[in-house]
Amino acid sequence: MNNLINVIYNCRKATYLIDKRLISKITFRESVELRVHLVGCSFCRLYVGQSQKINQMISQMLKTDKKPEFKLGDDFKAALQAQIEDELNKK
Amino acid sequence: MIMDEIELPPVDQMPDPKNWVNTYADYLYLFAIKRISDEDQARDLVQETFLAALQSMHKFEGKSSERTWLTAILKNKIYDVYRAKSSGLKTEEIKNPIGEEPDFFQENGHWKKEHAPKQFGLDDFDSLAHKELNHILQQCMQKLPAMWLSVFTMKHMDDETTDFVCAELRLSQANFWVIIHRAKLNLRACLQKNWM
Repeated sequence: MNNLINVIYNCRKATYLIDKRLISKITFRESVELRVHLVGCSFCRLYVGQSQKINQMISQMLKTDKKPEFKLGDDFKAALQAQIEDELNKK
Repeated sequence: MIMDEIELPPVDQMPDPKNWVNTYADYLYLFAIKRISDEDQARDLVQETFLAALQSMHKFEGKSSERTWLTAILKNKIYDVYRAKSSGLKTEEIKNPIGEEPDFFQENGHWKKEHAPKQFGLDDFDSLAHKELNHILQQCMQKLPAMWLSVFTMKHMDDETTDFVCAELRLSQANFWVIIHRAKLNLRACLQKNWM
């Protein structure tokens, strides 16, 4: 019962469960406690959507953002090419 | 992952190192820079990847494409960097790195007034604003302690399993969840602060 009261009135614990739930399972009990908390806490309800959005943004950013400005310089490539050919000739 | 979708079907190919630089160097560099924002280090990793690939060419079986094979070697090297950055940290240092934002909560567990979430347009931005928001997010991520950023990158960019991340970085599950939570709290706060 103590634990229950803890989550219901505790935003720190509630946000922990919100973040965990996004990528893993939480227990049935935790999920009930979280639901009760969210009914009464508008801040944490906002947090649910924002936390989810941040996850989406990160996975999108890392997979699709092309950052075309990041290219290796020609000098570096030439040196690398020479190094590879050196290694091949050693064999 | 995106890169797998455009993969050619596996062919019975032999590695062709003379064309590696031309064909894969920029791709691998971009792959590294997204995961390690240090350009010099990313460049070194591309070089090391090619050299390591030359050494283990006999292991290449043609089951995957050359690019998938080279990318896997690079990814291992990136994770080595992550591991090096996180090794030797004590639990306390993992949870409370220097330079972290102040606690967002009061002692009783409620949000501190100044840190409480507010609407700040995360959900209703157009594509132009989206680009700008992405930029802010990237800057906010760079402010995270290295260990937290490693965990976040492996989990959200590379979709690694929790068990895998914990094993690679020698983290307990409990610490993993603490990091995920703390990193998210900090990112969200940083976005709210810089976007509003």
